[in-house]
Amino acid sequence: MAETPEPFKRLLALLSEVEEIELENFKLEAEELTLSLTRAMMPAIMPAMPAPEMAKPGLPTLPAFQEVEFKSPAIEYPGEIVEVQLGATKSEGGTREYVVKLGGQKIMPFYRFLGPTPNPPVVSLDVFDMPLKLAKAVRSNIEDVMEDPAEWAKRCINKFGADMVTIHLISTDPYIKDTPVKEAAKVVEDVLQAVKCPIIIGGSGNKDKDPEVLTKAAEVAEGEQVLINSADLHTYKPVVEAAKKYGHIVLSWTQLDINNQKKLNTLIMDEGFPRERMIIDPTTASLGYGLEYTYSIMERIRLAALKGDEILQMPMSSGTTNAWGAREAFLSNKKCNELGLPWGDVALRGPMWETLSAMSVMLAGADLLMMMHPGAVAGFKALVKAFTDDTSRDMPPIGNWVTMK
Amino acid sequence: MSKRLKPLDIFKYLPKTNCKICGEETCMAFAMKLIERETELALCTPLFDESKYQENKDTLIVMLRPPVQPVKIGTGEKSVIVGGEEVVYRHELTFYNETRIFIDVHDEMDSKELTERVNFVDEYTVFRIGVHLKLNGIAVRSVSNDPAKFAKTVEEILKLADLPLVLCTFDPKIMKAGLDAAKGKRPLIYAATVTNWEDIAKLAMEYNCPVAVFSTDLTTLNSIAITLQKAGIDELVLDPGTYFGENIGATLNNYTLLRVAAIEAGAESVGFPLMGVPATVYLEGDKGTESAWNETIVGSMLIDRFASMLIVHNVELWSLLALLTLRQTIYTDPRIHPAVDAGLIKIGNPGVDSPVFLTTNFALTFYTVKTDLEQAAIDSWLLTVDTEGIGVESAVAGGQLNAGAVADLIKETGLEEKVKHRKLIIPGMAARISGETEDSTGGWQILVGPRDSSAIPKFLKQNWEAEATA
Repeated sequence: MAETPEPFKRLLALLSEVEEIELENFKLEAEELTLSLTRAMMPAIMPAMPAPEMAKPGLPTLPAFQEVEFKSPAIEYPGEIVEVQLGATKSEGGTREYVVKLGGQKIMPFYRFLGPTPNPPVVSLDVFDMPLKLAKAVRSNIEDVMEDPAEWAKRCINKFGADMVTIHLISTDPYIKDTPVKEAAKVVEDVLQAVKCPIIIGGSGNKDKDPEVLTKAAEVAEGEQVLINSADLHTYKPVVEAAKKYGHIVLSWTQLDINNQKKLNTLIMDEGFPRERMIIDPTTASLGYGLEYTYSIMERIRLAALKGDEILQMPMSSGTTNAWGAREAFLSNKKCNELGLPWGDVALRGPMWETLSAMSVMLAGADLLMMMHPGAVAGFKALVKAFTDDTSRDMPPIGNWVTMK
Repeated sequence: MSKRLKPLDIFKYLPKTNCKICGEETCMAFAMKLIERETELALCTPLFDESKYQENKDTLIVMLRPPVQPVKIGTGEKSVIVGGEEVVYRHELTFYNETRIFIDVHDEMDSKELTERVNFVDEYTVFRIGVHLKLNGIAVRSVSNDPAKFAKTVEEILKLADLPLVLCTFDPKIMKAGLDAAKGKRPLIYAATVTNWEDIAKLAMEYNCPVAVFSTDLTTLNSIAITLQKAGIDELVLDPGTYFGENIGATLNNYTLLRVAAIEAGAESVGFPLMGVPATVYLEGDKGTESAWNETIVGSMLIDRFASMLIVHNVELWSLLALLTLRQTIYTDPRIHPAVDAGLIKIGNPGVDSPVFLTTNFALTFYTVKTDLEQAAIDSWLLTVDTEGIGVESAVAGGQLNAGAVADLIKETGLEEKVKHRKLIIPGMAARISGETEDSTGGWQILVGPRDSSAIPKFLKQNWEAEATA
């Protein structure tokens, strides 16, 4: 015989007495039960109340209004995100004018009802060591500085409001320009001279050459606590060694696979590398082309971290620029017309694509957003501010939207 | 933290006779499918027919009800269910009923504008990854303050399209006129507030329609919802208010805490679908692109964070594309693996001289390329590499798309017997592996195609046909 759950027993008890119970009283009791029970049983236990279809129009019986305080849910997470500092000032052995701190959260992203967000997400803008093909909306803002990474970096900080810049040494790829390691290191030095923000150094993605490139770059940036982008399952050993030797942070990068992320993080930690110097990047797919996987893997990582999984408690980074790989972001108006695609103006489509990708991954747990379009960055930074600002204020009336002309 | 049921929780209330009437082999299998919402309790007819199971049946009905109630708006083919959700995080199961998007109109629009707008909502569609994405309905606002005008507008809309409606006015007299005009169409009544709830409740009962509750104060929202439920009205939608601009954080917080409360804290008084009104952005006046941009941001945030329906004002194509794509993203079932089968497929009727394209088995990439080739009517062969469901750019970076894998696939699929030529067109984003692939495939010439498959027709014109005629 199946066991009757406790609330149900009480309901059955109530049911047997239903005739003696005043409607008002019954309802007070019902509140102590679960409301879904009352919903399910409503027709059976409310003989005193006419069913809606039987009601005389205009004359149904209504209960009295009762104010019931709404209590915010309380959730406690046992774990928290490790705080990681990018950049080092003079007193810390570097030459940065400011540092950026990530992590420290004890709650899911912007669950303001549970607590504050200690280190709000930051933006790093992309700089490349050679001109490359970029969406027109992006290119038009930087066309005149694409030959000069240092100037490009300056513009990102001074004009576009980025917190950091990422210098991608893509020309080192043997299949692109095969730029010698020494030359690439010189570009890093130039950028460190040009801007005084913390920086991120990226390779070309060539697994054979990247360790050599990133090691040399780490050497010339010694003490600056740069973020090395990145260590993956193939390249982590030399990259971690260089970061250890020259005092940097490592980006632990895997591809949309939470188990691989745990594996790589463990391998890096096994090298004697501390969690306080690691950031994780589970890969950001573009809106419309796999963002759902990124979104859920980030949520899973952050939830696991807050529930106490120490291997996943590092801040997260997102290569949001991948948004520009979506055709919706770059396909010209002319091309859309030819193909019969009702997509609207590309000048807005592109930046919106990047903004929504950034906002979504931020809501899933990303702390560091690598972006490309100045307009998207401005909009995104305004959102970060509004999401974290919990000062109480008078809110404007909004119910009148119904009658606006 | 999630209060998700386990199969055993359900199983113990089932008949345990393994009678197979429900179509499953065992009661346990049925219990598992019930939890995944892949079958319906009503299929267990003994449970419903035999009086000895009545208690168990009632228990199961309550247990299986999603913590966010499903609410139906509209009638017929285009009617929609809002809500019906069980989890806060989509990876824990899936989200079921994608955010329904209603476009607003009002009763002082001239007939031409109204007709255009309603027809647009009815006909608008955008095709993505094999699916036609659509808008869901019309929100009619009374701005004239005239019941007759409101009723007439509702009638006009219903003549144009059989779309689900939201009737928007806080004045019960005007609402009644609208409900008379939309009789039998199950519009959503927007909205019951702390001042009008009694009259609105009576209308909801009289017309048997779902009701939205509006209050920016959560205790008031909760209290109205509880009072309406006491009155027997259990099809509610909650609107805690949509702020924008510098106040958008308050909205993010309210929607998040209401959903978390309903699902993880078991607060059943707020266990109803949430609705958002990005259209409030236009309270600042219509600032053109700026307003549409801000409205898109608010709407998208609410798609990410738990709104089951939205009322939107702007109908800019770039904005709708973004909203509908994000909606498709969030509401895609995460239980479905993103990889398709690797191998060789035919597009149209390819022959020995037809071009061969290479792509990855990431479902989105594969379907995008396949659709583009089909739409351009290019008879061709499509070679799909097993990249563990990863897209081109990432698979090149991660090494899943490599020269060896391509060479093996050419052998395995017998491609060399199917075409006379030895030319393979690879994605532009895989340019880096072209050299190695020429080496590994022994005799195949690698052509680096466009970065995006929409440019394939142009690419063929310049690189394939030109060569063929040369």
